[in-house]
Amino acid sequence: MTSDLRDLYQDVILDHGKRPRNARVIEGAAFVQPAYNPLCGDKGTLYLSMDSTGQKIADAAYVGHGCSISTASASIMTDFVRGKTRQEALRTFDLFHDMITAPPDEAIHRAVEDLGKLSVFSGVAEFPARVKCATLAWHALKAALTEGPAAGPVSTE
Amino acid sequence: MKTLTASSPQALDIAALRADFPILATKIHGKPLVYLDSAASAQKPQVVIDAERRVYEELYANVHRGVHDLSMRASEAYEGVRGKVARFIGAPSAKEVVFLRGTTEAVNLVAQTWGRVNVKAGDEILITALEHHANIVPWQLLCEEKGAKLVVAPINDAGEVEIDRFANLLGERTRIVAFAHVSNALGTVLDARRMTALARERAPGAVVLVDGAQGVPHMPVDVKAIGCDFYCFSAHKMYGPSGMGALWGRKALLDAMPPWQGGGDMILSVAFEKTTYNETPFKFEAGTPNIAGTIAFGASIDYLCGLGLEAVAAAEHELLAYGTEALSSIAGLRLIGTAAHKASVLSFVLDGVHPHDAGSILDYEGVAVRTGHHCAQPVMDRFGVPATIRASLGVYNTREEIDVLVRGIRKVQEMFA
Repeated sequence: MTSDLRDLYQDVILDHGKRPRNARVIEGAAFVQPAYNPLCGDKGTLYLSMDSTGQKIADAAYVGHGCSISTASASIMTDFVRGKTRQEALRTFDLFHDMITAPPDEAIHRAVEDLGKLSVFSGVAEFPARVKCATLAWHALKAALTEGPAAGPVSTE
Repeated sequence: MKTLTASSPQALDIAALRADFPILATKIHGKPLVYLDSAASAQKPQVVIDAERRVYEELYANVHRGVHDLSMRASEAYEGVRGKVARFIGAPSAKEVVFLRGTTEAVNLVAQTWGRVNVKAGDEILITALEHHANIVPWQLLCEEKGAKLVVAPINDAGEVEIDRFANLLGERTRIVAFAHVSNALGTVLDARRMTALARERAPGAVVLVDGAQGVPHMPVDVKAIGCDFYCFSAHKMYGPSGMGALWGRKALLDAMPPWQGGGDMILSVAFEKTTYNETPFKFEAGTPNIAGTIAFGASIDYLCGLGLEAVAAAEHELLAYGTEALSSIAGLRLIGTAAHKASVLSFVLDGVHPHDAGSILDYEGVAVRTGHHCAQPVMDRFGVPATIRASLGVYNTREEIDVLVRGIRKVQEMFA
Protein backbone atom coordinates (compact mmCIF):
# COMPACT_ATOMS: atom_id res chain seq x y z
CA MET A 1 0.00 0.00 0.00
CA THR A 2 1.23 3.50 -0.76
CA SER A 3 2.48 5.52 2.19
CA ASP A 4 -0.14 8.28 1.99
CA LEU A 5 -2.96 5.77 2.02
CA ARG A 6 -1.37 4.14 5.03
CA ASP A 7 -1.42 7.57 6.72
CA LEU A 8 -5.18 7.52 6.37
CA TYR A 9 -5.76 3.88 7.19
CA GLN A 10 -3.48 3.40 10.18
CA ASP A 11 -3.81 0.12 12.03
CA VAL A 12 -5.48 1.82 14.98
CA ILE A 13 -8.16 3.23 12.66
CA LEU A 14 -8.70 -0.10 10.91
CA ASP A 15 -9.01 -1.78 14.31
CA HIS A 16 -11.52 0.72 15.71
CA GLY A 17 -13.34 0.70 12.35
CA LYS A 18 -13.86 -3.05 12.58
CA ARG A 19 -14.45 -3.24 16.33
CA PRO A 20 -15.79 0.08 17.53
CA ARG A 21 -15.60 0.65 21.30
CA ASN A 22 -18.52 2.13 23.23
CA ALA A 23 -21.00 1.06 20.57
CA ARG A 24 -23.89 0.88 22.98
CA VAL A 25 -26.87 2.83 24.19
CA ILE A 26 -26.50 4.70 27.51
CA GLU A 27 -29.81 4.39 29.33
CA GLY A 28 -30.89 7.68 30.87
CA ALA A 29 -28.18 9.64 29.02
CA ALA A 30 -28.14 13.41 29.57
CA PHE A 31 -27.67 13.92 25.84
CA VAL A 32 -28.91 11.82 22.94
CA GLN A 33 -27.65 13.45 19.77
CA PRO A 34 -28.38 12.12 16.27
CA ALA A 35 -25.84 12.75 13.50
CA TYR A 36 -26.16 12.30 9.75
CA ASN A 37 -23.91 12.68 6.73
CA PRO A 38 -26.29 12.99 3.76
CA LEU A 39 -23.41 12.72 1.30
CA CYS A 40 -22.76 9.08 2.12
CA GLY A 41 -25.75 8.11 4.25
CA ASP A 42 -23.73 7.59 7.44
CA LYS A 43 -25.97 7.80 10.48
CA GLY A 44 -25.40 7.56 14.19
CA THR A 45 -26.46 8.62 17.66
CA LEU A 46 -24.15 9.95 20.36
CA TYR A 47 -25.00 9.31 24.02
CA LEU A 48 -23.44 11.32 26.84
CA SER A 49 -23.98 11.04 30.57
CA MET A 50 -22.62 13.70 32.92
CA ASP A 51 -21.28 13.49 36.47
CA SER A 52 -23.16 14.95 39.45
CA THR A 53 -21.83 18.47 38.80
CA GLY A 54 -23.15 18.34 35.25
CA GLN A 55 -19.82 19.66 33.98
CA LYS A 56 -17.83 16.50 33.42
CA ILE A 57 -18.57 13.72 30.90
CA ALA A 58 -19.09 10.55 32.91
CA ASP A 59 -19.70 8.24 29.96
CA ALA A 60 -19.86 8.48 26.17
CA ALA A 61 -21.11 6.01 23.58
CA TYR A 62 -22.02 6.04 19.89
CA VAL A 63 -24.25 3.73 17.90
CA GLY A 64 -24.41 3.98 14.13
CA HIS A 65 -23.21 2.77 10.79
CA GLY A 66 -20.63 4.31 8.56
CA CYS A 67 -17.27 3.92 6.89
CA SER A 68 -14.18 2.87 8.82
CA ILE A 69 -13.06 6.48 9.26
CA SER A 70 -16.33 7.68 10.79
CA THR A 71 -16.75 4.53 12.87
CA ALA A 72 -13.19 4.71 14.20
CA SER A 73 -13.49 8.41 14.89
CA ALA A 74 -16.61 7.92 17.00
CA SER A 75 -15.01 4.97 18.79
CA ILE A 76 -11.81 6.82 19.69
CA MET A 77 -13.66 10.04 20.52
CA THR A 78 -15.96 8.34 23.01
CA ASP A 79 -12.92 6.84 24.73
CA PHE A 80 -11.10 10.16 24.71
CA VAL A 81 -13.77 12.46 26.10
CA ARG A 82 -14.77 10.27 29.04
CA GLY A 83 -13.73 12.15 32.20
CA LYS A 84 -13.20 15.44 30.33
CA THR A 85 -15.04 18.64 31.25
CA ARG A 86 -17.32 20.36 28.74
CA GLN A 87 -14.64 22.98 28.11
CA GLU A 88 -11.92 20.40 27.61
CA ALA A 89 -14.10 18.44 25.21
CA LEU A 90 -15.01 21.52 23.17
CA ARG A 91 -11.39 22.63 23.08
CA THR A 92 -10.47 19.18 21.79
CA PHE A 93 -13.12 19.52 19.07
CA ASP A 94 -11.38 22.69 17.85
CA LEU A 95 -7.92 21.13 17.93
CA PHE A 96 -9.13 17.98 16.20
CA HIS A 97 -10.95 19.95 13.53
CA ASP A 98 -7.90 22.14 12.93
CA MET A 99 -5.64 19.12 12.71
CA ILE A 100 -7.62 17.40 9.97
CA THR A 101 -8.40 20.50 7.93
CA ALA A 102 -5.10 22.40 8.14
CA PRO A 103 -2.50 22.20 5.35
CA PRO A 104 0.13 19.58 6.25
CA ASP A 105 2.91 22.08 7.05
CA GLU A 106 0.96 24.14 9.57
CA ALA A 107 1.91 24.39 13.23
CA ILE A 108 -1.12 22.42 14.34
CA HIS A 109 0.53 19.23 13.13
CA ARG A 110 3.40 19.82 15.53
CA ALA A 111 0.89 20.17 18.36
CA VAL A 112 -0.82 16.84 17.74
CA GLU A 113 1.03 15.32 20.65
CA ASP A 114 -1.55 17.10 22.81
CA LEU A 115 -4.22 15.08 21.11
CA GLY A 116 -2.75 11.74 22.11
CA LYS A 117 -4.54 8.86 20.41
CA LEU A 118 -6.57 11.29 18.29
CA SER A 119 -3.39 12.12 16.35
CA VAL A 120 -3.89 8.93 14.31
CA PHE A 121 -6.38 10.99 12.31
CA SER A 122 -3.82 13.57 11.23
CA GLY A 123 -3.53 11.75 7.88
CA VAL A 124 -7.11 12.75 7.06
CA ALA A 125 -5.75 16.23 6.22
CA GLU A 126 -4.39 14.69 3.01
CA PHE A 127 -7.87 13.43 2.07
CA PRO A 128 -10.26 16.38 2.05
CA ALA A 129 -13.06 14.14 0.80
CA ARG A 130 -12.92 12.25 4.11
CA VAL A 131 -12.95 15.17 6.57
CA LYS A 132 -16.70 14.87 7.02
CA CYS A 133 -16.36 11.18 7.85
CA ALA A 134 -13.83 11.93 10.58
CA THR A 135 -15.84 14.78 12.11
CA LEU A 136 -19.39 13.40 12.12
CA ALA A 137 -19.32 12.17 15.73
CA TRP A 138 -17.42 15.27 16.81
CA HIS A 139 -20.11 17.55 15.39
CA ALA A 140 -22.65 15.57 17.38
CA LEU A 141 -20.52 16.10 20.52
CA LYS A 142 -20.27 19.83 19.94
CA ALA A 143 -24.00 20.19 19.28
CA ALA A 144 -24.88 18.25 22.42
CA LEU A 145 -22.52 20.25 24.66
CA THR A 146 -23.29 23.69 23.25
CA GLU A 147 -26.95 23.44 22.37
CA GLY A 148 -28.03 20.85 24.89
CA PRO A 149 -30.87 18.38 24.59
CA ALA A 150 -32.80 20.79 22.36
CA ALA A 151 -30.24 20.47 19.54
CA GLY A 152 -31.70 19.07 16.36
CA PRO A 153 -29.95 16.32 14.40
CA VAL A 154 -26.52 17.46 13.22
CA SER A 155 -25.68 17.10 9.59
CA THR A 156 -22.36 17.46 7.85
CA GLU A 157 -24.00 19.21 4.92
CA MET B 1 -18.49 10.09 -40.75
CA LYS B 2 -20.79 7.19 -40.14
CA THR B 3 -24.43 8.03 -39.80
CA LEU B 4 -26.69 7.51 -36.83
CA THR B 5 -28.80 4.98 -38.68
CA ALA B 6 -25.99 2.70 -39.85
CA SER B 7 -27.66 -0.70 -39.79
CA SER B 8 -24.58 -2.83 -39.15
CA PRO B 9 -22.28 -0.76 -36.97
CA GLN B 10 -18.56 -1.12 -37.44
CA ALA B 11 -16.74 -1.88 -34.24
CA LEU B 12 -15.26 1.26 -32.72
CA ASP B 13 -11.51 1.64 -32.42
CA ILE B 14 -11.49 2.51 -28.73
CA ALA B 15 -7.73 3.06 -28.53
CA ALA B 16 -7.93 5.66 -31.28
CA LEU B 17 -11.05 7.22 -29.83
CA ARG B 18 -9.42 7.66 -26.42
CA ALA B 19 -7.02 10.14 -28.00
CA ASP B 20 -10.04 12.41 -28.57
CA PHE B 21 -10.31 12.91 -24.78
CA PRO B 22 -7.34 14.90 -23.47
CA ILE B 23 -8.18 14.32 -19.81
CA LEU B 24 -7.63 10.58 -20.19
CA ALA B 25 -3.88 11.26 -20.23
CA THR B 26 -4.11 12.60 -16.66
CA LYS B 27 -2.31 10.80 -13.85
CA ILE B 28 -4.02 10.37 -10.48
CA HIS B 29 -1.68 9.68 -7.54
CA GLY B 30 0.93 8.88 -10.16
CA LYS B 31 -1.24 6.26 -11.88
CA PRO B 32 -3.10 6.50 -15.19
CA LEU B 33 -6.64 7.78 -14.70
CA VAL B 34 -9.23 5.02 -15.00
CA TYR B 35 -12.40 7.03 -15.33
CA LEU B 36 -15.41 4.90 -14.40
CA ASP B 37 -17.77 7.69 -13.38
CA SER B 38 -19.40 8.67 -16.66
CA ALA B 39 -22.89 8.23 -15.23
CA ALA B 40 -22.11 11.14 -12.91
CA SER B 41 -20.60 13.14 -15.75
CA ALA B 42 -18.82 12.09 -18.91
CA GLN B 43 -15.48 13.47 -20.10
CA LYS B 44 -15.24 15.81 -23.08
CA PRO B 45 -13.63 15.18 -26.49
CA GLN B 46 -11.38 17.84 -27.96
CA VAL B 47 -14.03 18.81 -30.54
CA VAL B 48 -16.43 19.83 -27.76
CA ILE B 49 -13.74 21.76 -25.89
CA ASP B 50 -12.72 23.47 -29.13
CA ALA B 51 -16.31 24.30 -30.04
CA GLU B 52 -16.85 26.10 -26.75
CA ARG B 53 -13.57 27.98 -27.05
CA ARG B 54 -14.22 28.91 -30.67
CA VAL B 55 -17.50 30.59 -29.75
CA TYR B 56 -15.65 33.08 -27.56
CA GLU B 57 -12.82 33.49 -30.04
CA GLU B 58 -14.80 33.82 -33.23
CA LEU B 59 -18.52 34.38 -32.97
CA TYR B 60 -19.56 35.50 -29.53
CA ALA B 61 -22.36 38.00 -29.12
CA ASN B 62 -25.77 37.82 -27.48
CA VAL B 63 -28.37 35.86 -29.40
CA HIS B 64 -31.75 37.02 -30.74
CA ARG B 65 -30.94 40.61 -29.84
CA GLY B 66 -28.68 42.39 -32.27
CA VAL B 67 -28.93 43.38 -35.90
CA HIS B 68 -25.16 43.39 -36.07
CA ASP B 69 -23.44 40.62 -37.94
CA LEU B 70 -21.80 38.94 -34.98
CA SER B 71 -25.11 38.57 -33.17
CA MET B 72 -26.65 37.12 -36.31
CA ARG B 73 -23.83 34.60 -36.61
CA ALA B 74 -24.07 33.64 -32.94
CA SER B 75 -27.85 33.29 -33.22
CA GLU B 76 -27.53 31.11 -36.29
CA ALA B 77 -25.03 28.75 -34.64
CA TYR B 78 -27.11 28.66 -31.46
CA GLU B 79 -30.40 27.98 -33.22
CA GLY B 80 -28.74 25.39 -35.43
CA VAL B 81 -28.31 23.20 -32.37
CA ARG B 82 -32.07 23.00 -31.88
CA GLY B 83 -32.35 21.09 -35.14
CA LYS B 84 -29.47 18.82 -34.15
CA VAL B 85 -31.18 17.97 -30.87
CA ALA B 86 -34.44 17.26 -32.68
CA ARG B 87 -32.75 14.95 -35.20
CA PHE B 88 -30.72 13.31 -32.42
CA ILE B 89 -33.86 12.07 -30.64
CA GLY B 90 -36.12 11.70 -33.67
CA ALA B 91 -38.30 14.67 -32.77
CA PRO B 92 -40.47 16.06 -35.57
CA SER B 93 -39.51 19.71 -35.14
CA ALA B 94 -36.74 21.93 -33.79
CA LYS B 95 -39.49 24.16 -32.38
CA GLU B 96 -40.30 21.45 -29.86
CA VAL B 97 -36.84 21.64 -28.30
CA VAL B 98 -36.39 23.82 -25.21
CA PHE B 99 -32.83 24.59 -24.10
CA LEU B 100 -32.38 24.30 -20.35
CA ARG B 101 -29.64 23.73 -17.78
CA GLY B 102 -30.23 20.00 -17.76
CA THR B 103 -32.59 17.15 -16.98
CA THR B 104 -33.36 18.36 -13.48
CA GLU B 105 -34.49 21.75 -14.74
CA ALA B 106 -36.57 20.07 -17.46
CA VAL B 107 -38.51 17.91 -14.99
CA ASN B 108 -39.09 20.94 -12.79
CA LEU B 109 -40.31 22.94 -15.76
CA VAL B 110 -42.91 20.33 -16.71
CA ALA B 111 -44.02 19.98 -13.08
CA GLN B 112 -44.34 23.72 -12.62
CA THR B 113 -46.08 24.48 -15.93
CA TRP B 114 -48.05 21.52 -17.29
CA GLY B 115 -48.38 20.13 -13.79
CA ARG B 116 -49.62 23.27 -12.07
CA VAL B 117 -52.28 23.83 -14.70
CA ASN B 118 -53.48 20.27 -15.11
CA VAL B 119 -52.97 18.42 -11.82
CA LYS B 120 -55.77 18.75 -9.28
CA ALA B 121 -56.49 17.46 -5.79
CA GLY B 122 -56.97 13.71 -5.82
CA ASP B 123 -55.06 13.23 -9.08
CA GLU B 124 -52.14 10.84 -9.21
CA ILE B 125 -48.58 11.06 -10.51
CA LEU B 126 -47.01 7.68 -11.23
CA ILE B 127 -43.25 7.19 -11.06
CA THR B 128 -41.11 4.10 -10.40
CA ALA B 129 -39.00 2.95 -7.47
CA LEU B 130 -35.74 3.39 -9.38
CA GLU B 131 -35.97 7.11 -10.06
CA HIS B 132 -33.24 9.67 -9.47
CA HIS B 133 -34.18 12.31 -6.90
CA ALA B 134 -34.64 14.75 -9.80
CA ASN B 135 -37.57 12.65 -11.01
CA ILE B 136 -39.09 12.36 -7.53
CA VAL B 137 -38.80 15.67 -5.71
CA PRO B 138 -40.31 17.98 -8.39
CA TRP B 139 -43.41 15.74 -8.36
CA GLN B 140 -43.53 15.69 -4.57
CA LEU B 141 -43.51 19.49 -4.56
CA LEU B 142 -46.36 19.52 -7.07
CA CYS B 143 -48.33 16.92 -5.10
CA GLU B 144 -47.95 18.93 -1.90
CA GLU B 145 -49.17 22.07 -3.60
CA LYS B 146 -52.13 20.43 -5.32
CA GLY B 147 -53.16 17.73 -2.86
CA ALA B 148 -52.31 15.12 -5.47
CA LYS B 149 -50.82 11.71 -4.74
CA LEU B 150 -47.41 10.36 -5.74
CA VAL B 151 -47.73 6.68 -6.67
CA VAL B 152 -44.63 4.51 -7.02
CA ALA B 153 -44.41 1.40 -9.21
CA PRO B 154 -42.21 -1.18 -7.48
CA ILE B 155 -39.08 -2.89 -8.79
CA ASN B 156 -38.05 -6.53 -8.36
CA ASP B 157 -34.83 -7.88 -6.84
CA ALA B 158 -33.01 -7.53 -10.16
CA GLY B 159 -33.90 -3.84 -10.28
CA GLU B 160 -36.52 -4.13 -13.04
CA VAL B 161 -39.85 -2.32 -12.95
CA GLU B 162 -42.60 -4.80 -12.17
CA ILE B 163 -44.53 -4.12 -15.32
CA ASP B 164 -47.83 -5.74 -14.28
CA ARG B 165 -47.93 -3.70 -11.11
CA PHE B 166 -46.98 -0.58 -13.05
CA ALA B 167 -49.90 -1.29 -15.38
CA ASN B 168 -52.30 -1.80 -12.50
CA LEU B 169 -51.32 1.51 -10.93
CA LEU B 170 -52.34 3.42 -14.05
CA GLY B 171 -55.89 4.72 -14.12
CA GLU B 172 -58.37 7.53 -14.65
CA ARG B 173 -56.77 9.58 -11.90
CA THR B 174 -53.25 9.35 -13.32
CA ARG B 175 -52.26 12.71 -14.80
CA ILE B 176 -48.50 12.31 -15.16
CA VAL B 177 -46.39 9.21 -15.72
CA ALA B 178 -42.68 9.86 -15.30
CA PHE B 179 -39.84 7.36 -15.45
CA ALA B 180 -36.17 7.02 -16.30
CA HIS B 181 -35.09 5.58 -19.62
CA VAL B 182 -32.08 4.08 -17.84
CA SER B 183 -31.59 3.91 -14.05
CA ASN B 184 -28.53 5.86 -12.94
CA ALA B 185 -28.03 3.76 -9.82
CA LEU B 186 -28.70 0.29 -11.26
CA GLY B 187 -28.24 0.56 -15.01
CA THR B 188 -31.65 -0.97 -15.73
CA VAL B 189 -32.96 -0.07 -19.19
CA LEU B 190 -36.69 0.48 -18.97
CA ASP B 191 -39.04 -0.53 -21.76
CA ALA B 192 -40.09 3.06 -22.38
CA ARG B 193 -42.14 2.14 -25.43
CA ARG B 194 -44.20 -0.48 -23.66
CA MET B 195 -44.66 1.62 -20.53
CA THR B 196 -45.86 4.55 -22.65
CA ALA B 197 -48.25 2.30 -24.56
CA LEU B 198 -49.66 1.01 -21.26
CA ALA B 199 -50.10 4.58 -20.05
CA ARG B 200 -52.00 5.50 -23.23
CA GLU B 201 -54.28 2.52 -22.84
CA ARG B 202 -55.01 2.74 -19.13
CA ALA B 203 -54.48 6.40 -18.28
CA PRO B 204 -55.81 8.37 -21.23
CA GLY B 205 -55.69 11.62 -19.27
CA ALA B 206 -51.99 11.35 -18.47
CA VAL B 207 -48.90 12.76 -20.11
CA VAL B 208 -45.75 10.64 -20.20
CA LEU B 209 -42.32 12.10 -19.37
CA VAL B 210 -39.14 10.10 -19.91
CA ASP B 211 -35.98 11.11 -18.02
CA GLY B 212 -33.39 10.35 -20.67
CA ALA B 213 -30.29 11.58 -18.82
CA GLN B 214 -28.77 8.08 -18.78
CA GLY B 215 -30.42 6.99 -22.02
CA VAL B 216 -29.06 9.27 -24.75
CA PRO B 217 -25.34 8.63 -24.09
CA HIS B 218 -25.73 4.88 -24.52
CA MET B 219 -28.29 4.06 -27.20
CA PRO B 220 -30.13 5.51 -30.17
CA VAL B 221 -33.28 7.28 -28.99
CA ASP B 222 -36.39 7.94 -31.05
CA VAL B 223 -39.12 9.80 -29.22
CA LYS B 224 -41.64 9.02 -31.96
CA ALA B 225 -41.03 5.31 -31.50
CA ILE B 226 -41.30 5.62 -27.71
CA GLY B 227 -44.49 7.62 -28.13
CA CYS B 228 -43.99 9.75 -25.02
CA ASP B 229 -44.98 13.41 -24.55
CA PHE B 230 -41.79 14.76 -22.98
CA TYR B 231 -38.19 13.55 -23.14
CA CYS B 232 -35.38 15.35 -21.35
CA PHE B 233 -31.64 14.95 -21.02
CA SER B 234 -28.37 16.65 -20.06
CA ALA B 235 -25.44 17.47 -22.33
CA HIS B 236 -22.77 16.71 -19.72
CA LYS B 237 -23.57 13.00 -19.56
CA MET B 238 -23.19 12.66 -23.33
CA TYR B 239 -19.71 14.20 -23.64
CA GLY B 240 -21.05 17.74 -23.84
CA PRO B 241 -20.67 20.74 -21.54
CA SER B 242 -22.10 20.94 -18.02
CA GLY B 243 -25.02 23.22 -17.24
CA MET B 244 -26.75 22.43 -20.52
CA GLY B 245 -29.61 20.20 -21.54
CA ALA B 246 -32.84 19.97 -23.44
CA LEU B 247 -36.50 19.24 -23.00
CA TRP B 248 -38.45 17.90 -25.93
CA GLY B 249 -42.21 18.12 -25.76
CA ARG B 250 -45.10 17.76 -28.18
CA LYS B 251 -45.80 21.13 -29.72
CA ALA B 252 -49.48 21.22 -28.77
CA LEU B 253 -48.59 20.57 -25.13
CA LEU B 254 -45.79 23.13 -25.07
CA ASP B 255 -48.05 25.71 -26.74
CA ALA B 256 -50.74 25.24 -24.10
CA MET B 257 -48.31 25.42 -21.18
CA PRO B 258 -47.84 28.72 -19.37
CA PRO B 259 -44.37 30.27 -19.28
CA TRP B 260 -42.15 29.33 -16.36
CA GLN B 261 -39.66 32.08 -15.64
CA GLY B 262 -40.12 35.66 -16.76
CA GLY B 263 -37.48 37.82 -18.38
CA GLY B 264 -35.90 38.74 -21.67
CA ASP B 265 -36.31 36.61 -24.79
CA MET B 266 -39.45 34.88 -23.51
CA ILE B 267 -41.65 37.84 -24.42
CA LEU B 268 -42.94 39.45 -27.59
CA SER B 269 -43.92 42.74 -26.02
CA VAL B 270 -44.00 44.14 -22.52
CA ALA B 271 -46.14 46.95 -21.23
CA PHE B 272 -46.90 47.47 -17.56
CA GLU B 273 -50.52 46.56 -18.29
CA LYS B 274 -49.86 43.36 -20.19
CA THR B 275 -47.04 41.23 -21.51
CA THR B 276 -47.37 39.09 -24.61
CA TYR B 277 -45.28 35.94 -24.44
CA ASN B 278 -43.05 34.66 -27.15
CA GLU B 279 -43.93 31.46 -29.00
CA THR B 280 -42.74 27.93 -28.18
CA PRO B 281 -39.94 27.19 -27.36
CA PHE B 282 -38.72 30.73 -26.63
CA LYS B 283 -41.34 31.42 -24.00
CA PHE B 284 -39.55 28.90 -21.76
CA GLU B 285 -36.12 30.47 -22.22
CA ALA B 286 -35.96 33.62 -20.14
CA GLY B 287 -32.70 35.54 -19.97
CA THR B 288 -29.47 35.29 -21.92
CA PRO B 289 -28.91 31.56 -22.38
CA ASN B 290 -25.79 29.42 -22.18
CA ILE B 291 -24.71 30.40 -25.70
CA ALA B 292 -21.29 28.78 -25.83
CA GLY B 293 -22.57 25.72 -23.94
CA THR B 294 -25.41 25.27 -26.41
CA ILE B 295 -23.07 25.38 -29.39
CA ALA B 296 -20.69 22.94 -27.67
CA PHE B 297 -23.73 20.74 -26.94
CA GLY B 298 -24.23 20.65 -30.71
CA ALA B 299 -20.63 19.52 -31.09
CA SER B 300 -21.18 16.66 -28.64
CA ILE B 301 -24.20 15.50 -30.65
CA ASP B 302 -22.07 15.59 -33.82
CA TYR B 303 -19.37 13.62 -32.02
CA LEU B 304 -21.72 10.89 -30.79
CA CYS B 305 -23.50 10.64 -34.13
CA GLY B 306 -20.11 10.49 -35.84
CA LEU B 307 -19.24 7.44 -33.75
CA GLY B 308 -22.70 6.06 -34.37
CA LEU B 309 -25.02 5.32 -31.46
CA GLU B 310 -25.43 1.70 -32.55
CA ALA B 311 -21.68 1.24 -32.45
CA VAL B 312 -21.44 2.98 -29.07
CA ALA B 313 -24.19 0.77 -27.66
CA ALA B 314 -22.53 -2.38 -29.02
CA ALA B 315 -19.09 -1.50 -27.61
CA GLU B 316 -20.46 -0.57 -24.20
CA HIS B 317 -22.68 -3.64 -24.05
CA GLU B 318 -19.70 -5.88 -24.73
CA LEU B 319 -17.66 -4.13 -22.02
CA LEU B 320 -20.52 -4.25 -19.54
CA ALA B 321 -20.77 -8.01 -20.07
CA TYR B 322 -17.03 -8.34 -19.50
CA GLY B 323 -17.22 -6.22 -16.35
CA THR B 324 -20.24 -8.08 -15.02
CA GLU B 325 -18.44 -11.39 -15.39
CA ALA B 326 -15.23 -10.06 -13.85
CA LEU B 327 -16.98 -8.57 -10.82
CA SER B 328 -19.24 -11.60 -10.38
CA SER B 329 -16.16 -13.77 -9.94
CA ILE B 330 -15.03 -11.81 -6.85
CA ALA B 331 -16.05 -13.49 -3.59
CA GLY B 332 -17.69 -11.08 -1.14
CA LEU B 333 -18.91 -8.79 -3.91
CA ARG B 334 -22.62 -8.36 -4.56
CA LEU B 335 -23.87 -6.66 -7.70
CA ILE B 336 -26.84 -4.37 -7.06
CA GLY B 337 -28.92 -4.24 -10.22
CA THR B 338 -28.93 -7.38 -12.32
CA ALA B 339 -31.64 -6.57 -14.84
CA ALA B 340 -31.73 -8.56 -18.07
CA HIS B 341 -31.46 -5.34 -20.03
CA LYS B 342 -28.80 -2.96 -18.67
CA ALA B 343 -26.58 -0.14 -19.82
CA SER B 344 -23.30 1.27 -18.54
CA VAL B 345 -23.64 0.72 -14.79
CA LEU B 346 -21.94 -1.75 -12.43
CA SER B 347 -23.23 -0.96 -8.95
CA PHE B 348 -21.98 -3.18 -6.13
CA VAL B 349 -21.24 -3.61 -2.45
CA LEU B 350 -18.40 -5.46 -0.72
CA ASP B 351 -18.87 -7.56 2.42
CA GLY B 352 -17.47 -5.76 5.46
CA VAL B 353 -16.32 -2.68 3.54
CA HIS B 354 -18.08 0.67 3.47
CA PRO B 355 -18.27 2.09 -0.08
CA HIS B 356 -16.48 5.29 0.96
CA ASP B 357 -13.44 3.35 2.16
CA ALA B 358 -13.42 1.41 -1.10
CA GLY B 359 -13.70 4.68 -3.02
CA SER B 360 -10.64 6.20 -1.32
CA ILE B 361 -8.52 3.10 -1.91
CA LEU B 362 -9.61 2.77 -5.54
CA ASP B 363 -8.83 6.44 -6.03
CA TYR B 364 -5.28 5.68 -4.98
CA GLU B 365 -5.13 3.17 -7.82
CA GLY B 366 -6.22 5.94 -10.20
CA VAL B 367 -9.74 4.52 -10.45
CA ALA B 368 -12.54 7.10 -10.27
CA VAL B 369 -15.83 5.54 -9.18
CA ARG B 370 -18.78 7.05 -7.42
CA THR B 371 -19.59 5.92 -3.93
CA GLY B 372 -22.78 6.89 -2.17
CA HIS B 373 -26.51 6.77 -2.82
CA HIS B 374 -26.25 8.24 -6.34
CA CYS B 375 -29.14 10.64 -5.68
CA ALA B 376 -31.40 7.60 -5.53
CA GLN B 377 -31.91 6.93 -1.83
CA PRO B 378 -35.16 4.98 -2.35
CA VAL B 379 -33.19 2.54 -4.53
CA MET B 380 -30.64 2.07 -1.74
CA ASP B 381 -33.49 1.46 0.74
CA ARG B 382 -35.04 -1.07 -1.63
CA PHE B 383 -31.84 -3.12 -1.62
CA GLY B 384 -31.16 -2.55 2.10
CA VAL B 385 -27.81 -0.80 1.63
CA PRO B 386 -26.84 2.75 2.67
CA ALA B 387 -24.69 3.22 -0.41
CA THR B 388 -23.01 1.38 -3.25
CA ILE B 389 -19.82 1.60 -5.25
CA ARG B 390 -20.73 2.45 -8.82
CA ALA B 391 -18.48 1.94 -11.81
CA SER B 392 -20.14 3.43 -14.87
CA LEU B 393 -18.87 3.05 -18.40
CA GLY B 394 -18.36 5.54 -21.17
CA VAL B 395 -17.45 4.88 -24.77
CA TYR B 396 -13.74 5.40 -23.96
CA ASN B 397 -13.44 2.62 -21.38
CA THR B 398 -11.51 -0.58 -22.00
CA ARG B 399 -11.20 -4.14 -20.72
CA GLU B 400 -7.79 -3.24 -19.30
CA GLU B 401 -9.47 -0.58 -17.16
CA ILE B 402 -11.96 -3.14 -15.85
CA ASP B 403 -8.95 -5.28 -14.93
CA VAL B 404 -7.44 -2.35 -12.99
CA LEU B 405 -10.77 -1.98 -11.16
CA VAL B 406 -10.78 -5.68 -10.28
CA ARG B 407 -7.21 -5.52 -8.94
CA GLY B 408 -8.16 -2.41 -6.93
CA ILE B 409 -11.14 -4.22 -5.42
CA ARG B 410 -8.83 -7.04 -4.36
CA LYS B 411 -6.58 -4.50 -2.61
CA VAL B 412 -9.61 -3.08 -0.80
CA GLN B 413 -10.56 -6.56 0.34
CA GLU B 414 -7.03 -7.32 1.52
CA MET B 415 -6.96 -4.18 3.63
CA PHE B 416 -10.30 -4.87 5.29
CA ALA B 417 -9.87 -8.63 5.53
